Amino acid sequence: MGSQWLQFVASGVTSGAIYALVALGFSIIYNASGAINFAQGEFVMIGGMSAVTLVAAGLPMPVVVPLAALTAVVVALLLEKLAIEPARKASTVTLIIITIGASLLLRGLAQLVWDKRIHSLPAFSGDAPLQFMGATVLPQSLWVLGGAALAVGALSWFFGRTLFGKAMLATSYNPLAAQLVGINTRTVLFVSFGLAGMLGALAGVLIAPITFTSYDSGIMLGLKGFAAAMLGGLGSFNGAVLGGLLLGLAEALGAGFVSSAYKDVIAFVVLLAVLFFMPGGLRGARRSDRV
Amino acid sequence: MERAAPTASELARARLRRWAFDPRSGLLALAVVIVLLPLFLSNNYFYDIAIAVALNAIVCVGLNLLIGYAGQISLGHAGFFALGGYGSAILSGSQGWPVWLSMLTSCAAVGLLAFVVGRPTLRLKGHYLAMATLGLGVIISIVVSTEDRITGGPDGLSVPPLALFGWVVRGEHTWYWIACSGLLLAVWLAQNLIESPAGRALRALHGSEVAAETLGIDSARYKLQVFIVSAVFAAVAGTLTAHYAGFITPAKASFMHSVELVIMVVFGGMASVFGAVVGALVLTTLPQLLTVLKDYEMMVYGVVLIATMVFFPQGIVPTLARWLAWWGRR
Repeated sequence: MGSQWLQFVASGVTSGAIYALVALGFSIIYNASGAINFAQGEFVMIGGMSAVTLVAAGLPMPVVVPLAALTAVVVALLLEKLAIEPARKASTVTLIIITIGASLLLRGLAQLVWDKRIHSLPAFSGDAPLQFMGATVLPQSLWVLGGAALAVGALSWFFGRTLFGKAMLATSYNPLAAQLVGINTRTVLFVSFGLAGMLGALAGVLIAPITFTSYDSGIMLGLKGFAAAMLGGLGSFNGAVLGGLLLGLAEALGAGFVSSAYKDVIAFVVLLAVLFFMPGGLRGARRSDRV
Repeated sequence: MERAAPTASELARARLRRWAFDPRSGLLALAVVIVLLPLFLSNNYFYDIAIAVALNAIVCVGLNLLIGYAGQISLGHAGFFALGGYGSAILSGSQGWPVWLSMLTSCAAVGLLAFVVGRPTLRLKGHYLAMATLGLGVIISIVVSTEDRITGGPDGLSVPPLALFGWVVRGEHTWYWIACSGLLLAVWLAQNLIESPAGRALRALHGSEVAAETLGIDSARYKLQVFIVSAVFAAVAGTLTAHYAGFITPAKASFMHSVELVIMVVFGGMASVFGAVVGALVLTTLPQLLTVLKDYEMMVYGVVLIATMVFFPQGIVPTLARWLAWWGRR
């Protein structure tokens, strides 16, 4: 019984770490623009798919990961420059619709550049499972946790210790005041997309050896990352990490003890419950003003 | 100084402009198009497309009220559409209810569901409805493909034909008139709603939510009303589609279908009832014409959506209407 619990917790934390990375991407762009970027899942897909291509080209893993992340960053920056920037002054609804268009476009392009098949990526350090107190843990899970922890650490250093990171935080609190003290909010939005692309791609590369990847694998990961961001409180970085881990655990335990057919439903039930009962999320209460 | 008397052509232009912006003339024009269209529909395939356009247009007219007038997006309208279709299919099929009763029941149930979801989320400022409908839509789509004993699962479910007091509706020609009458009714209802206190309140909200609220407008209530109306429109179109096609699959409930519906509304024009009809027309017929481009369909949708939002944020029909107005004033 104990080992079964441990097994579910291990797999829950693994997928939770991935949701946390995706949720961070949502929060960063939300803070800079007030919009929800529905193409966030596509950044994850681009990370995974380009890693598959790079590995097939014979490159070693330490080169593949930064290159795959770079690909997604370039795509994200292009998206910001070509589609978001021209509509910068438009309403939030318009921006949301543009990102939905971008997600369709990127998925369509992925079908052409790659194909419609499902691809696998070799695990970073072998497939031999590790035994831990009666539970079986894939070495790749440790890579996922380590990679995610590293990314979160780097991000908190960036936002807490660098001038530009602080400028981005200032913009999220009050764009007008940020502009008045000389922060270029257009650059902030541009960099936000780059960061979100990088986090998404990192999630995509880390998870691809466990769940495989295909042109449409970004849809579900994106939507679940979004649910995680809402659970933690949209715009809050601690909340995104917390929300991701909780969602991953809820999903793994729900699939293990309740029904595996409805595993994918859990994230959305959580999303609805958050909206109905605590719309600010766990850590984002300051945004929940009622009409 | 005395103003010069308007010339005949100025008068004609002014009259044309007044006519073009009168909602009743739009409804009349739509009716004329519907009556004349069968002259050009040479076979059942074209009828089939015309029916699909009319049924999609019903959903879009409703969704357009929500997006254009209440300023809220729904990313789960395919869920309401499919729930209407599946509900009516199951009640009239395995439960043996009369078709008209099962259609009414499932549409009412969808209205109730919209109330339950809309009431807490529309009280919040921001785009929480988009997220709630997104979640609800995905849940509905997973449930209909998982509960295969009731819904037939991913293979779909066959649906009994529409029957009214012993008269069984069959054939594309009869269905054309049913679908188009439904569309006319939907447009008429939508126009009335826009001119009603609820519609005027929503337009005031669009101008300034704070100003409207100081005048005592309960914005949450009006947004909720419009949301329920739009969900019921989707459910009606869903039941009609299911009984017309005789078959329904979980694809009708997919997130992608919800996005397609939003594309139709946005492309045709937000806050324009006829924009919604034009959007449904263009985006339903385009994939039929461009079957060679099947592999590029998703890309084309994406580009259409982005380009519309960047270059014609108002949509096609309002942009054309503005040009017409400019020409009339010249």
